[in-house]
Amino acid sequence: MRWEPPRVALLWCPDWPVTAAAQSAKVLVDAPIALISGGIVHASSAAARVEGIRRGLRLREAQAMHPDLVVLDYDAALDNRAFEPIITALEALVPGVQVLRPGLCAVQVRGAARYYGGELPAGLFLTGRADDEGAGGARVGIADGIFTADQAARRTGAQGNDRVHVVQTGHSADFLAPLGIGLLDDQQGPVGAAAIVTLLRRLGIRTLGDFAGLPADDVTSRFGPPGARLHALASGRDSWPVTPRTPPQDLDVMIDFEPALDRVDQVAFGVRAMAERFILDVTAAKLVCTAIRVELDSDSGELSERVWLHPRSFTPGDVVDRVRWQLQGSGEVGLSSGITRVRVSPEAVDAIGNHESGLWGQGPDERIHHGLSRVQSMLGHGAVLMPGVGGGRTLHERQQFVAWGDRLVGDRPAGQPWPGQLPTPLPGTVFSPRHPVHVFSRTGAAVAVDERGALSAPPVSFSATGTQARTLTAWAGPWPIDERWWSEDATSSWRFQAVDDTGCAWLLVLDAGGWWAEARYD
Amino acid sequence: MTSAAATLSSPEHAVESSAPSRVAELQARIRSMQATKLDSKLIPTHPAIAGLLPGGGLQQGAAYSVDSSAMLLMTLLAAPSAAGSWCAVVGVPEFGVEAAGHFGIDLDRLVLVPRPAEQWLAVTAAVADVMSVVVTRPPKRATDSSIARLAARLRQRGTTLLVLGNWPQTEAMLSLSQSTWHGIGDGHGHLSSREVTITVTSRMTGRPRSTRLWLPDSGAVVRRSDTRVDDTRRYGT
Repeated sequence: MRWEPPRVALLWCPDWPVTAAAQSAKVLVDAPIALISGGIVHASSAAARVEGIRRGLRLREAQAMHPDLVVLDYDAALDNRAFEPIITALEALVPGVQVLRPGLCAVQVRGAARYYGGELPAGLFLTGRADDEGAGGARVGIADGIFTADQAARRTGAQGNDRVHVVQTGHSADFLAPLGIGLLDDQQGPVGAAAIVTLLRRLGIRTLGDFAGLPADDVTSRFGPPGARLHALASGRDSWPVTPRTPPQDLDVMIDFEPALDRVDQVAFGVRAMAERFILDVTAAKLVCTAIRVELDSDSGELSERVWLHPRSFTPGDVVDRVRWQLQGSGEVGLSSGITRVRVSPEAVDAIGNHESGLWGQGPDERIHHGLSRVQSMLGHGAVLMPGVGGGRTLHERQQFVAWGDRLVGDRPAGQPWPGQLPTPLPGTVFSPRHPVHVFSRTGAAVAVDERGALSAPPVSFSATGTQARTLTAWAGPWPIDERWWSEDATSSWRFQAVDDTGCAWLLVLDAGGWWAEARYD
Repeated sequence: MTSAAATLSSPEHAVESSAPSRVAELQARIRSMQATKLDSKLIPTHPAIAGLLPGGGLQQGAAYSVDSSAMLLMTLLAAPSAAGSWCAVVGVPEFGVEAAGHFGIDLDRLVLVPRPAEQWLAVTAAVADVMSVVVTRPPKRATDSSIARLAARLRQRGTTLLVLGNWPQTEAMLSLSQSTWHGIGDGHGHLSSREVTITVTSRMTGRPRSTRLWLPDSGAVVRRSDTRVDDTRRYGT
């Protein structure tokens, strides 16, 4: 029996990260967009590439090239999430979809070609379906094997039938022959492909055709299995079939409200049954949910989206609580109209076996969690805080709070030296917000500090607005803090310690806004 | 007969040497008769303060009124926190977190509810169900019945309540006075240590007990001071 190469259709969405990010941020894809990861351009839209903004450029340089550049953060999770509906749609058309990476997936085309009356119509049908799902401009390459199909997809046009490039069975080697050897040095090559390609270049082999012309046995004996694999790819004998993914079970739940609900308790009541069903489904899949994503659609088209973590695992009541807190706390998001849709999806799941409660219960931690969750359901998620200490110079910067159940994200480690910190002992009372005060010298004039740090006169008393003046018995300062002088949010202030006649000590701060009582040593 | 002779043989000497301990024993008996509850267990208490408190330390299920001094509060919380207890602070948005860490409170077992607003009593009760030590600051006077309910809950759960401000039916009231800061001068130095007089007033012991305390000393440790309390200035005999 003759060996039949697997026929593969490869769907490629050009600039997928940009498309996904633009859809999420509600920006037109045609706009010049750059996705930034760690200060470096990770991907850019076609309009940005015209200006020369390419991957690897620094953000400043990119902005200098195009002042109107739309800068978005690169989010790998968003890429995958946004691609999911397209995969689902394709799976409805053709069985067996292999996702190579977000924006690139392969399908077995044999059955589809028979059904739609040819490979070209099948390919066009796939692009049409992808267009419907919002992946505009998707292209399809059809060839023997994934590697050849990928190269075929890159050689498609943007319009009409050009969007599908079919390489007929057995013509793969001819198609690949003129292409550069550098294409093998891609994510699809085996480990060590880059070194082999470099060596081949030095040996004077520039195209895939040159490489394919070498005897297969010689390549294997010289380069081992990776070389043999590359040789097979270059000669269009990619024998690896499409390995379709197992479609994940859909655990998302959604409820529509018609007419829209504008009261929090109505919505909370409405989602109760949905939350029960959600947790039942998760449990039936032998999973527990440790983080959920709640999306709220309002009547006027706003979307409030947030991920909620749970220190243990969600119960139906917890899910309802999170929906309610998100509604109550949507002040910053600004939902101005009624809620039309609530959608809950699991963000992080874990095997249920890891969360089985012990025979004698889980000890005190579970009790504490229940007690604090009760307080959270009374006051809101952000009302119960766990404290932490982060880096910084002022007391406010150094103390960090995170809501019970959330993870502490501190980008400023406390362990590093922070010159200009307060000496110990630290004040036990840190006012939030700071209290405005007036500080007076002996003559009753306000005390000021000039830019060289010299006091206008020694302070003798201070008073908060509308209270009696406190006489100072001792004081020290001014200690300057000059932060971020290079940027617009530069702050410069002077700190003082002062003891009043009752023996109470204060931390006073003078900045551009005047005098403040920042903390009390009591 | 021999035992009687032994007890009678040196009556003067025995009575003289054990007089303070006898007084303490009698006081303990009076206390146990006056106590509102049976054998209460103590939670770990800072040694410099424990001796002043009725019963020799903070008791489980009791309420204490503390003068609004964050450092005194942190000193009281540090010992139970270091022993593995969970502590909660309700209604004190200006609680200095970093200072709390320096005083020895384990921040991983500290929970803050900074703004309970109108529901402060319900929140305090809910938190008291699960935490060993709860600090609360009443924004206004609570009704007697709700205080009695909370007291019953505290007794049942064995939770110690520290109230910043006035509170009826407290086990003891801790207050600070005569605070003196050292290390700071007129335009030089910085705050390094402080001596205060701590006074514990209790229904059980009658006369207030005071002592001088380093809160903290220059090594950031809270300990008894060697100087004597100047009683006359405060209580004016």
